[in-house]
Amino acid sequence: MSGARMPAGDPHEGEDGVVDMPSESGPHTRARDESLTTTRAHAGNYEGAQRISGATMGRPPARATDSPLQLEEATTIFEKGAPGRRAFACPPMDVPRVVAKDVLAEHLCRAQPPRLPELSEPEIVRHYVRLSKRNFDLDSGFYPLGSCTMKHNPRLHERVAALPGHARLHPLQDPERAQGALELMWSLERALAEIAGLPHVCLQPSAGSHGELAGVLLARAYHEAKGQARHKVLTPDTAHGTNPATVTMAGLRVVKLATSSDGGIDLDDLRAKADEDVACLMLTNPNTLGVFDSNIAEIAEIVHGAGATLYYDGANLNAIMGLSRPGDMGFDIVHFNLHKSFTQPHGGGGPGSGPIAVSDRIAPFLPIPVIVREDAFTLDYDRPQSIGRLRGFQGNYGCFVRAYAYIRSLGAPGLKDASETAVLNANYLLARLRELGVTEQLPLAYGDLCMHEFVLSGAPMKRDSKIKTLDLAKRLLDYGYHPPTVYFPLLVDEAIMVEPTETETKETLDGFAVALAEILREAADDPEIARNAPYTTPVRRLDEVGAAKRPVIRQPL
Amino acid sequence: MLAAIGVGSVQELFDRQIPESVRSSAPLALPGGLSEQEVYAHLRELAARNVSAEDELCFLGAGMYDHYVPAFIDMLMERSELLTPYTPYQPEISQGGLQIMFEYQTAICELTGLPVSNASVYEGPSAVASAGYLAKLHNGRARFVVSAGLHPHTLQTLRTYARGYGLEVVEVPLRDGATDAQEWAQAIGEDTSAAIFAQPNLYGAVEDAAALSAAARECGGEKLVTIAQVDPIVLGILAPPGECGVDVAVGEGQSLGNRLDYGGPSFGFFAAREAHLRQMPGRIAGQTTDVDGRRGFVLTLQTREQHIRREKATSNICTAQALNALAGVAYLAWLGRRGIVELGELLLSRTQYALQTLSSLEGVSPLHARPVIRELALRLDADVAAVKRRCAQEGVNPGVDLHALTGRDEDRGGLLVAITEQRSRADIDRLAEVLGAAVAAERGAEVSVG
Repeated sequence: MSGARMPAGDPHEGEDGVVDMPSESGPHTRARDESLTTTRAHAGNYEGAQRISGATMGRPPARATDSPLQLEEATTIFEKGAPGRRAFACPPMDVPRVVAKDVLAEHLCRAQPPRLPELSEPEIVRHYVRLSKRNFDLDSGFYPLGSCTMKHNPRLHERVAALPGHARLHPLQDPERAQGALELMWSLERALAEIAGLPHVCLQPSAGSHGELAGVLLARAYHEAKGQARHKVLTPDTAHGTNPATVTMAGLRVVKLATSSDGGIDLDDLRAKADEDVACLMLTNPNTLGVFDSNIAEIAEIVHGAGATLYYDGANLNAIMGLSRPGDMGFDIVHFNLHKSFTQPHGGGGPGSGPIAVSDRIAPFLPIPVIVREDAFTLDYDRPQSIGRLRGFQGNYGCFVRAYAYIRSLGAPGLKDASETAVLNANYLLARLRELGVTEQLPLAYGDLCMHEFVLSGAPMKRDSKIKTLDLAKRLLDYGYHPPTVYFPLLVDEAIMVEPTETETKETLDGFAVALAEILREAADDPEIARNAPYTTPVRRLDEVGAAKRPVIRQPL
Repeated sequence: MLAAIGVGSVQELFDRQIPESVRSSAPLALPGGLSEQEVYAHLRELAARNVSAEDELCFLGAGMYDHYVPAFIDMLMERSELLTPYTPYQPEISQGGLQIMFEYQTAICELTGLPVSNASVYEGPSAVASAGYLAKLHNGRARFVVSAGLHPHTLQTLRTYARGYGLEVVEVPLRDGATDAQEWAQAIGEDTSAAIFAQPNLYGAVEDAAALSAAARECGGEKLVTIAQVDPIVLGILAPPGECGVDVAVGEGQSLGNRLDYGGPSFGFFAAREAHLRQMPGRIAGQTTDVDGRRGFVLTLQTREQHIRREKATSNICTAQALNALAGVAYLAWLGRRGIVELGELLLSRTQYALQTLSSLEGVSPLHARPVIRELALRLDADVAAVKRRCAQEGVNPGVDLHALTGRDEDRGGLLVAITEQRSRADIDRLAEVLGAAVAAERGAEVSVG
């Protein structure tokens, strides 16, 4: 079994030279120097990032490195420990002992204990801490994952969420004894209502897609209450995959809308399809191309003219907080992603939280319970037109605490500043890529400026440099960056979707731009480097096809 | 930066992209920002206005429980490497998270006795609704038959979802605290998509899961899907659902190493038979190898998922509850093979003790005679809300007012008492003392009013 070694003294350190370093003077050289500084400051904690933080190196290795993490064979917790070893000390049996078969029929009792691991606490801690080192994370490096808004997660939020008054509050505590929690939720509702420009908020949905389900069910209930069974939902072809999946789950049918040459909705297509069988149009604005649909007023008019409702996918809200409000654009229903714009840490795949805001005409149908402020805060379950519940209890309260702390920290000016800086950073990064010539091979898919993110097409790169978007993304790993979102939106060939967020510095953006430029230069010289990347990560390219063909999704015990 | 972009101001970036008619002219009507210490003080003040399980002797349950969360789990959940990444879209730099998902899936399969598990869903009730959607995809039948022993939040959530995807929900009543076997069999037929029950049920009763599953199969045929919502903390001593004929076992994972957090975030677990592998919702981690032959892990079977299948996806779930599921598997490793049995027996023993002690009080009787293992239902001969208020004055929260939770007439006077390893014999004795006095006082008050 291989042990972990310190990365110091790596045999490949300083042995770069697989590819010639560009030596032209001017902005490239200066920028590359900046990139070294930046990379060091934001180096990830996995081996690759540590490697390129070495001062003597301008470029990560271009061959397999056999780093300590690569040499360490992945071993699951079920393969560790020894029979009889344990961490848990059970509290004393202070009442007469009863065993299951004393009270239950034998066939309802477990015959053999579940084969859970048997380890001491130090072993468990070491196992998970070591595993954690095989992750890249936002606190360690730049994470420009488009549509995911990977902004800094302030640690204050963890501290306040862990206060026992929040963390150990039972969800069925009597409301009069949970007034602090209800006030927090009510205040968060008011703040989100103001940001959305819509008067009513429900915090219950567990994530964005759950909010979408709530929204489509609300649209459906609204039409049904008017005696109309409408069956169709319009979604642009740029929509997040959750939009069409949600529509089907809500029992409605997806009708796709084409995108015009400027990246917005094709108005003629919309006019042709907005008939009386349409329940709603689901739209992200700015959309997944980073383009603000400037026809929004006309879109709203067409949709409302057909008697349908307008749904706002809030995944991209980070572009417009305090600058433009979905409610003012004509939207009836909005969902928020508290794990995007409002700093709930993403946890490697959740938890999230997906509150919704709605207009007056949708409000009677909101999920139960509704928080009401009278002399005290109470929960109102008596809502006869409600679509019902979407989950147990009141929602992901721990996420509400963090989002509320964020909103109070920033306040109105801070939220606006966050969105302005997010848009500034995205446009600056785009400008740097233009300046470095990157956009010749990775042109902006639509428009000229962008909002908080932008989408490049890797098609010319694939044609000229013989590397695909996937290769570019994998080579970025060696440079210590999390790649942007790739191959989305679907209508852009070889798409690369970059969202830097407002919490990154100019230096970081410069460094990232230079890294992209270097990868392209490298590829012009030898495309195999990117095609075989990454080299420095704990594992290299993985066989995803094989994993799906012969699924092994648990440890055989 | 502006010069590089070629604009004169940040405002210009917005002016050139957002039409004036939809640009906000007024600032948001929200307060100004606060310093970190001011925010902390404000949030602490709000926390102080909640009465948490730290502040009173808490016997609340009904879906979420005040179990002890070991300290090392707090440490893990605050580690940047686990707290701050997104969903592992780049497996080469996400092996930690992916392997944890794989280990989690292994633990859930072992606990439930079922061969496949996903990497988590949102939480308990919506997990049942997602399982219902799986059944609809599996057999396309018209209705769900559900036990009234399911948590009301589960029933309400399932109805919300089922109205969406177009299925009817038929509720089978309880008889003496458990699902009425005769009515269950009568309600299930060839048009039943799924038969759904809870183990243990809302009233704490252990259902005969094997009999319910067998009856469902017999009346509904091979295509029917039997779904059980299970409390995972008692699966050390309770027969695994997979061995009781259950096809899909789902539930609320909060009792495994997650805080109460006033209802979330926690995680939902979702395990099923092999036949349902490609109908599962959410993420699934799978084992594979890299180009050099190293063992590694990836998100797999993604052709089920929304980002690929779009309107034909098996669910719309994208972000689930990875960090909470991590707490779940770390907790199960901490309990270990023997610990989960020992803990189960402690809960069972103390629940039996509580049942006997509390039932012997004047004006207090068991709500049913079925076996209970971690939660028990009582009937008070007094107004439950008033009794709870009296107990609260003594620093005791005696449990959940069942009628307030379910709205069912037959639950009037019902009190649901949850036992965890944090409630000792002395705590149960204290509850008996306070509850007995409160019930006596209320009965006296009612008599004097009467």
